[in-house]
Amino acid sequence: MRDGFGGIVLSTAFRLLVPFSIVYGVYILCFGEYSPGGGFQAGALLAVGVLLSRMILGEKARFNIDGKTSVVMAGVGTFLYTLVGWITLFGGGLFLEYDFMPIKLEPMHEMHAMAIFIIEIGVTICVMMTIINLMDSIIKRGDDDGSIE
Amino acid sequence: MRGLVAVLLAVITGMFCSFVTYLPEIGDVNTAPNQHVTPTYISRSVEDTGSPNVVTGVIIDYRGFDTMWETSVMFLAGLTTVLLLTSNKVGRRPEEEPEDPEEGDVVK
Repeated sequence: MRDGFGGIVLSTAFRLLVPFSIVYGVYILCFGEYSPGGGFQAGALLAVGVLLSRMILGEKARFNIDGKTSVVMAGVGTFLYTLVGWITLFGGGLFLEYDFMPIKLEPMHEMHAMAIFIIEIGVTICVMMTIINLMDSIIKRGDDDGSIE
Repeated sequence: MRGLVAVLLAVITGMFCSFVTYLPEIGDVNTAPNQHVTPTYISRSVEDTGSPNVVTGVIIDYRGFDTMWETSVMFLAGLTTVLLLTSNKVGRRPEEEPEDPEEGDVVK
């Protein structure tokens, strides 16, 4: 699995698929407030982009994220969600009460929209890195057994 | 004793299954959630949360604490699965045993 199993067909299809899925993932993340979608779906799509490059190009892929980094980043994504709650808590409100975000925007619900976007980013990072971490551990287990050359 | 427990479980399961027919139909206008809860969320969601999508407003603003723990549960579940996969020996291919020296001599 260290070398990947890309041939000329897979590598050509990869050049078309992976940028599309990553751009679409970012689109779903940014427009999750306005249309169906959100953090969980965007995380899954971004993870698909990274995992396809890992499976086709092997470990020398430019997008590759190794296991330790993915564990740390999944924790960071979960922490980003909680951090919004703590920011509003220190700003004078309750936990996750978005009226007390530090940046004041004029209509009150604009602050809610900003907090929702930060939270979606946190959920996206957590989901994406958890999926990458699972796949990475499965690939490593196969490498240790010698079942996948 | 086991027969009694089985009969009791069967009766309870049958009661649960028969009670399903007395639930209100999905989408019935006269039920309590459709008369109070849903119209309130639909009418107030945009000005409360700033999100035109009612689903996003509910799961992240009104029910933000719930979604926070959902994210934590997903992170912990992934972490636990990775720990099991990297440490557990169950299901791995057995290590190759060294060849018998006498057989090796015979082959030579």
